Amino acid sequence: MQLAKVIGTVVATRKYTGLEGVKFLVVQPLGKRQEPEGDPLVAADATAQAGPGHTVFIVGVREAALALPVKFVPVDHAIVGIVDEIATTP
Amino acid sequence: MYIGRVFGTVVATIKHETFANRKLLLVERLSPEGEPDKKYDIAVDVVQAGVGDRVLVLDEGNSARQIVGLEPNGAIRAVVVGIVDEVDVR
Repeated sequence: MQLAKVIGTVVATRKYTGLEGVKFLVVQPLGKRQEPEGDPLVAADATAQAGPGHTVFIVGVREAALALPVKFVPVDHAIVGIVDEIATTP
Repeated sequence: MYIGRVFGTVVATIKHETFANRKLLLVERLSPEGEPDKKYDIAVDVVQAGVGDRVLVLDEGNSARQIVGLEPNGAIRAVVVGIVDEVDVR
């Protein structure tokens, strides 16, 4: 589970069965100090409430599909929480 | 599993039901010599670990779901499963 920043939205009308009503967002994964790290990716929003500008946390692979209402869908990253606060040591 | 150090906490109000009432920790991975590298995880805590602790982290979905009692559908992957007292690498 990693931190990420939501940087955009994706609209797709025709989707695989089971993905109806699932929102997709473009997220930039963040490193340890919340700096951008790696390439942006598309994640399904399992909270249904995230939007651009939010810091979120994402899960990958099998766990991503398990976060969604239909458990066997073609999804490889999902947003599972919207971060209010991060406290880190220097 | 890997050995890591807790370097922060994450607070999220809006999150997937898997994470309800669970403490989320930021854990950086340590080399056998104890040096942190780039990899980190947001991990669910089940052993009352805190910031600064050296911990044992489980990073596998099925085991994580068994430990937190959320089989078969918990969207969880990383769990802090132990607090390390000593590591002896020769």
